[in-house]
Amino acid sequence: MDLHLDRLSHRYGAVEVLSDINLTIPQGRIVCIVGPSGCGKSTLLRMIGGLERPDAGAVLQQGAAPEGCLNPLTFVFQDFALLPWRTVAGNVALVLEDHPLPRDRRDRIVADVLARTKLSDFRDALPKQLSGGMKQRVAIARALAVNPAVMLMDEPLSALDAQTRELLMDDLIALWTRAPFTAVYVTHNLAEAVRLGHRIVVLSRRPGRIREVVSIDTPLAERRAGDPALEAHQARLWHLMRDEAEAADKELSDV
Amino acid sequence: MSDMLQASRAAPSGTSRPVPFRGGGFKPVRVRYLGAVVIVVLIALIEWGTRTGVISNLTLPRPSDVLGTFRDLWVSGLLWDHLLPSLSRLAVGSALGVSAGIAVGVMIGLFSLARAGLVPLVAAIFPIPKIALLPLFVIWFGIDEGSKYALIAFGTFTPTVVSTYGAVDNVDRTLIRMGQSFGLTWWSIVRKIVLPGALPGILSGLRISLSIGIILLVAAEMLGARYGIGAYILEAGSLYDLERLFAGVVILSALGVLTSAAIGWAERRLLGWRV
Repeated sequence: MDLHLDRLSHRYGAVEVLSDINLTIPQGRIVCIVGPSGCGKSTLLRMIGGLERPDAGAVLQQGAAPEGCLNPLTFVFQDFALLPWRTVAGNVALVLEDHPLPRDRRDRIVADVLARTKLSDFRDALPKQLSGGMKQRVAIARALAVNPAVMLMDEPLSALDAQTRELLMDDLIALWTRAPFTAVYVTHNLAEAVRLGHRIVVLSRRPGRIREVVSIDTPLAERRAGDPALEAHQARLWHLMRDEAEAADKELSDV
Repeated sequence: MSDMLQASRAAPSGTSRPVPFRGGGFKPVRVRYLGAVVIVVLIALIEWGTRTGVISNLTLPRPSDVLGTFRDLWVSGLLWDHLLPSLSRLAVGSALGVSAGIAVGVMIGLFSLARAGLVPLVAAIFPIPKIALLPLFVIWFGIDEGSKYALIAFGTFTPTVVSTYGAVDNVDRTLIRMGQSFGLTWWSIVRKIVLPGALPGILSGLRISLSIGIILLVAAEMLGARYGIGAYILEAGSLYDLERLFAGVVILSALGVLTSAAIGWAERRLLGWRV
């Protein structure tokens, strides 16, 4: 299933946050969205996922969702959004309980996604016992459980420390390499963008417009931290963003 | 590099002082038994004062006499005659008030219409001293148990409503958005996200509601009850029988401590997930 953003615009009161966004998210690719803070990246992601209504334009789904897909557009949140009163397995099961699945099928899905995210030993732990990285792995497992057509990841690694971030990036790459998924990945971290993105969309500061779309052809599995080609991409992205970020930093926020 | 190591190992020149610790306090730690010790010491002081005559017998009854009265109550079986009706009134009245309060509070938390319509009403009836409405309750619900249940129910209802809708308002919105983003049904979101998330606030509101329930129990038993802790205290009060009055008051205090302990137990059982 492809996603197509058609002339999306949005304003909060008098403040225009997004302006004329046209973008296609092709199946099986990770599209990273980067931009200075307050440029409307997260708003854009919420619109793609139907949590917010754009003032103008539309988000269109093209083609059918994959078979067995329970929730085509599935979020992974920055702050994990795990229910603290449910165990790891309970948090994953939560998103399956509203679907008419036989019990053993549901248990099998939970066991499968926990195994894929290396969480099988922690199925009965409560979120308060887990580190930040583990919590985000639970959230990723939960997202995988509904077999999404598109994963919408809202700065999923921003709340984690640098080492955990590296580990989780490797995990995400391994997951993608085993079974390529479609994702929109919002981040302000350019290193993440060049490691995970097949395409990187650079937004301008408010009102967010697409400044440039950079494609990186190196397969994900072959990308390494410190790779000169990636560093070059990152430097170029930073060059594109630098002035915008500086100007955005000095803006007063009224939202 | 080796210079620096040397320097750090060598005795520092001049006077050396340890860095003073200044990060203490502002962190409650659990101190066992101190609460009981405070009460015991206070009672011992009163006992000593009344025995030596520092406190006259007219101002405070002697604790050992109160204990004696209490023993009489126990031996004669009158204790249960008074306690059981009171407990059932408290249980029925507060069960009615608390469950209606939670229901209305959740509605206010979930529906803007209910909030706009009911919050001013609740604010208007919260400060009414329910005792002032006693005659009305007698007319509406009769002189026997009905009016007593109604008074306690009414008194526990409003604080429960207020604490419940506050608790629902405080449920993490990102969890609700998460539920919506996974396509959970409205009912699932309420049942699995909103209600468990509001439970801590509801339980701590319950502490206040149930204490108010105990206060109103005495008021309810002013409505011509022959048996009940409230009736017992009122009778003792009108006779200036301070020993019996205090025996009754001690029972009410014990009731308060017990309900608070029960809620504490429920919190430990149900809210173990809290950080």
